[in-house]
Parts: sequence; structure tokens; C-alpha cells
Amino acid sequence: MTAPARQLDENRGDIMQNPYRPYPVRIDEIITETEDKNLKTFKFVFIDPEDEKRFAYLPGQFAELSVAGKGEIPIGIASSPTEKGFVKFTVNKVGLVSSHLHAMKAGDVMGIRGPLGHPYPWEALKGKNVVIIGGGFAFTTLRSSIIYMLEHRDQFGQINVIYGARTPGMLLYVDELKAWEARDDIGMHITVDGAKDPDWKYNVGFVPTITEQKAPPADENTYAIICGPPIMIKFTQPVLDKLGYGHDRIIMSLENRMKCGIGMCGRCNIGKDFVCKDGPVFTLAQLNGMPKEY
Amino acid sequence: MKFVKIDEKQWAEGIGKLKSGYRVFGPVKEGKDHEFRELTGDASPDMAFSNTRLSPKSVVYPQSEVMFEYTTDESRPDHHILKEPRRDDTPRAVIGIRPCDALSFLLVRRNFDSPEYKDPYWLRNYEATTFVGYGCNDPCATCFCTSAGSAPHDTQGLDALVVDRDGGYAAKAITEKGEALMKAAGWTDAMDEAEAEALFADRAAAAEKKITRQVATDKLAEKPSMDLYDAPFWEDVAFSCINCGTCTYLCPTCWCFDIQDECRGCEGVRTRNWDSCMAPLFTAHGSGHNPRGEKVQRVRQRFMHKLKYYVDKYGEGIQCVGCGRCVRSCPVNIDIRKVCDMMNAYDPEAANDCACPTT
Ligand SMILES: Cc1cc2nc3c(=O)[nH]c(=O)nc-3n(C[C@H](O)[C@H](O)[C@H](O)COP(=O)(O)OP(=O)(O)OC[C@H]3O[C@@H](n4cnc5c(N)ncnc54)[C@H](O)[C@@H]3O)c2cc1C
Ligand code: SF4
Ligand code: SF4
Ligand code: FES
Repeated sequence: MTAPARQLDENRGDIMQNPYRPYPVRIDEIITETEDKNLKTFKFVFIDPEDEKRFAYLPGQFAELSVAGKGEIPIGIASSPTEKGFVKFTVNKVGLVSSHLHAMKAGDVMGIRGPLGHPYPWEALKGKNVVIIGGGFAFTTLRSSIIYMLEHRDQFGQINVIYGARTPGMLLYVDELKAWEARDDIGMHITVDGAKDPDWKYNVGFVPTITEQKAPPADENTYAIICGPPIMIKFTQPVLDKLGYGHDRIIMSLENRMKCGIGMCGRCNIGKDFVCKDGPVFTLAQLNGMPKEY
Repeated sequence: MKFVKIDEKQWAEGIGKLKSGYRVFGPVKEGKDHEFRELTGDASPDMAFSNTRLSPKSVVYPQSEVMFEYTTDESRPDHHILKEPRRDDTPRAVIGIRPCDALSFLLVRRNFDSPEYKDPYWLRNYEATTFVGYGCNDPCATCFCTSAGSAPHDTQGLDALVVDRDGGYAAKAITEKGEALMKAAGWTDAMDEAEAEALFADRAAAAEKKITRQVATDKLAEKPSMDLYDAPFWEDVAFSCINCGTCTYLCPTCWCFDIQDECRGCEGVRTRNWDSCMAPLFTAHGSGHNPRGEKVQRVRQRFMHKLKYYVDKYGEGIQCVGCGRCVRSCPVNIDIRKVCDMMNAYDPEAANDCACPTT
């Protein structure tokens, strides 16, 4: 008897591959990033080195960090695919899983599942000027992007970065920021809302203000990637409008509550699109035609 | 052997025989309603039902299902590594499923069997199941399957269809899976083809005639999504909803789920559980921000998903088979048929702010 029409071959590879199964990883290093100790960067090493190849990603994608006994959380990938041998994530301490992660130590075993979602549109960005605008701890996939672009420096035009935090002690990846600041092939515009430190030698002011002062003028060849808290986005968008950035040249990354990360559990949708599977990267032009459910 | 006749005795014996090769599920009476349950021991399906209160989706998609097992005991070499539990591969048979409910699995499959990802739990259970439908003679007042892509004797989602016949049943094999089941049950008493065709056609026509309520869905696809989203009637539709989630739990085409970890001592499981877009926590961020924090946003989500987003995403009609369960069980009489008609007829040019009747 031949297999009935509705029957699938039991051994079909795609069924046997369980998209919910995380790759086992070991925590290699934990770095406390900020003075309030609420942000830590986790460096993971895959227990099976083959899994690192399977986890081939591009900047802008995310993964589910999976802790047996606690659950999973979607976190943007902070490392760049050009960095080999590990993956990095920076996690804000919020609730159940993130707090547990903050209490874990180097050597502990957990899992990561991904990469998930779409990266920033690297094909479209080739040969273009890129201005990165980031605020607070949403700088993670932007770090990934900067490192990626600097590794492929000849593939991009001008690169500018505007990155702000409340205080100098709240900036992520400080050593790297300083190293980028010293380079002449990337325009760094670091800013803080306020600094008590008299030696603070960078900008003071909110991200929208600094954007207005430092962002390159808009043209067909210039894209802005913007990630930050809603309030920053709300006030930066009019600035970009004023500078003449087309809405299809403004790229954003959304965060909706997630579980499955693969478009099945139904919770992260905005209209017919899932932030996990169809995003998290959208252009402002796309978002303009979607419900404001984010 | 496409058509067979089954007398009462053969029917009862057949159900018994099936249990040696299948896990058999069927309608049983619980309290004043029927539910689909696994028929163990000598339990038999109670075919004197109109439809079950809950849909039979749990046969394929249990309300709670273990995805992984693990130990957190660090003295064990595999601690904190997730493993799939051994699964029960026994074929399943659902006896007496209504055609609309069987069709719902085809709708839901579009979600769990996507080009990019396959949900192994749902798919394995689905593939293991043989659906033996029971054609309706007396649709409920709330049924509207005929305008929701189905019909009282629709065979789209079925492997075999059973209808009433004097002194027992007549059955039709639709797939080879259905044929295999009929053989396993010993239902092999061939029926004259012409007689059988006539019987099935008569039964189907008689039942269809009894369905009086239709919904209009023809214009849903062409309406701009944001026009419907911004339509003035949502406040009114949502006004009396108490967000109990009943509509989503008993719906055969609702599939949303949550994933949770649970430990007892060092032994833990990751489970997935039915969830509901009607619950505020469904979308609440850890920060407290909630993109659908208001009841009206959640009610709109449910209807927009079923009647617009799904329509746009797959181009295969609405995400509803017209079983009428949500209409029947909603404590405040919110009626998807009225909402559907309202959406289908909505014209933002003509709309003013007057409240459209919803109930
Ligand atoms: C694409 C994406 C990228 C993200 N990147 C980062 C990042 O780089 N760094 C970072 O610190 N945070 C990031 N977040 C937010 C992070 O996922 C939440 O802060 C985290 O899920 C909170 O989980 P919890 O268990 O600590 O909190 P709880 O409130 O206990 O949350 C319970 C569960 O709800 C879900 N959940 C709650 N809040 C969110 C949320 N905002 N987004 C998604 N799911 C949520 C998770 O499944 C979580 O396990 C990102 C979110 C998304 C969607
Ligand atoms: S069953 Fe009725 S009251 Fe309950 S959530 Fe659904 S629409 Fe609202
Ligand atoms: S939406 Fe209501 S009528 Fe439609 S399939 Fe679900 S429960 Fe049945
Ligand atoms: S997280 Fe499950 S659908 Fe997006």
C-alpha cells in the first residue's frame, strides 16, 4: 500500500529537526556592563562545535536563551558573525528568566535556540552610508552590526554611530566604544543625558538632539538603523523626517513578547506579520502601514 | 470497497477491534454535554450527539504537552540538556468527528507546517491520526459551516465518512488511511455503489438545507487591513466581553500556545499549553508595557486574526469552520457571524460614528 496522501514520511529530515530544541552551550564569561549592574554580557561556547556552524547568523537576528527549569527569552545577538568561537548576548535584568541568568556563573550549562528572525538588510546596505542610532541597552545588535561593517569596511560608504545612555556608567561596551572613537573610518558620536565626571570628553545631550547635529544629510544612499527605548524613537523620528530621511531608509527592530520565536505560538503578531519570523527588523515605511501594536 | 454498510453489531465489534491497533477517541456524554475522550476498556462512542462542547483539537494538540525533559541535577552528566520525551507512536483514530472539526485541522496545519519551520509535535500527532467523520443530520442553530468553507458532510479533512442508515451506518473510505481503518474494524460489507451514492447525497442535501445562517466573507480579502482595524465598531463589539477566553479554548481553529518550564526537585519538563489572545498577559512585556493591554484591542485581535489576517496571509478563506461553538458558549452572546458580516460590509467612506448593532 502506498502512503496515504495526508501521511508524511516519518524520516523526513525537516520533521525530525525540532525547531524548539536549543543547542547546548556553556557560559564562558560574564561581564557586568553597567554601573547599576543590571546589564550583563554573556559569552557562550557551543558544547558541540558543529552547532556553531549550524548557528550561522547575521547582525540583527536574535535567539532564545534557554535555561532548563526557568524558560526561554528572546535576546538580540550582540556578537558579530565575524567573531569566531563564541556568541555574545547582553541581558537586562527584568523578570524571571533574565534574573536567573544574572545569577548564573561561568561554566554553567544552558541552551540557545536560533538564529531567529531576519537580520538587517545587509544586501540592500552594501555600498551605502549607514548611520546607526542607538539608545540605552538596545545597542546589542548594533554592536554586532558595527563590528560586522568594520570587518567588511570596503563594502560600505560612510558609517556614523550615535549612541546615548543616561550616564557614562550606563554605556555598554565602553572599551570598544573608545577603540572605535579612535578610528578614522567610523564617525562615533557618543552621548549621555548627563555626566558628573569632569573628564567626560564626549557629547552631552539626548539622542534626538545629537542626531540632529551629527547625522549625515539624507540621500538615496543613506540608511538609518535605529534601536532604542520607545521614547527615544518617538523623538528621533521627527528629527530624521526633518533631515529628509525617507521612511524606507529608516530601519527599526521591534521587541514584542515572544515564546516560540518561529511564528507559531501566535503572540508577537502585528497585524498579519509576526515580529519573530517576519521581523524583528522592519522599515518605518512598513510599520506605517501596520497596527501600532508594539 | 469504497462503500460499506455496518449494522449495529458490526459497529460495536469494530470499535472494539480498532482498540488493538489504535488509540480510539470518540464522543462521550459528560454532564449535559459531549466531549471527545479516549475510549478505553469497553467504552464506545455515543453517537447521539450534535457536537461536543470543546472541539476535538486536543486529540492532536493536547491542552498541555511535554516538549522536553531534563534534569538540573549537576551530578548527572547530561544536566540542563533538553531531551525529547519518548513519544506514543500508536496510531490514533477519532470516531465520529464532525466534518467542520475535521476541516479545522487543515486550517491549523498552515500554521504548524510552514515552509520555514515544522512543528514536530503537532505534525506527528496529526499524521498518526485517522479521522472518521460522522455526517450531521441535524445541524445546530448556531452552525454556519456552509458559508465557512465546509458543509455537514464535507470530506476535506476526513479519512472516512460515516452516515446513518436504517439499522446502522454506511461508511465511505476517503483516503487509504480510512480504508485501512475500515478493514481493521472489519467493516467490509460492501454496499451497492449507486445505492450508497444516493444515500450519501440525500443525507448531505437534507442537512445542508437545515443550515439557515450564512456569513458573508467575499469582500474581506479586498478591504485594506488598516481600514478594518480602525473601524468604529470594535468598542461596541468588545463592550460586553469579559475576556474569559472561552471562545478561544473551545475553538477548533485557535492554536495559540504558551511555553512553560516546570520542575519537581531536579526533574523538569518544558511544556506547551493552550493560551489565549484574550488574556492581557499574552502580550505583556517584562517591562510592564503591553501592546494589547486594552480589552478592545484583544477582541479586535481575535476577530481580525480569524477574518482578515489569516485571509490575507494564506489566501485560503477565513480561519473559522463555522462550528458555532464560540457563539453558543460566549457568556455575553458575542457572535462571530455578526462581526464577520459587519467587517465584510464595512465601508469607511460610508461609516459614521454611530454604534452598529452587534448582538
Ligand atoms: C527580538 C527581541 C530582542 C531582544 N533583545 C534583547 C536584548 O538584547 N537584551 C535584553 O536585555 N532584552 C532583549 N529583549 C527583551 C527581553 O526578551 C525581555 O526583557 C525578556 O524576555 C524578559 O524576560 P523575563 O523572563 O526576565 O521577564 P518576565 O516578565 O518574567 O517574562 C516572562 C516571559 O515573557 C516573555 N517576555 C517578557 N517580556 C518580553 C519582552 N519585552 N520581549 C519578549 N518577550 C518577553 C518571555 O518569554 C519571558 O520569558 C528582546 C526582545 C525581543 C523580542
Ligand atoms: S467567550 Fe465571549 S466574553 Fe468570553 S472572551 Fe470570548 S467573546 Fe469575550
Ligand atoms: S471561531 Fe467560533 S464558529 Fe469559528 S471555528 Fe472557532 S468556535 Fe467555531
Ligand atoms: S513568538 Fe511565537 S509567534 Fe512570534
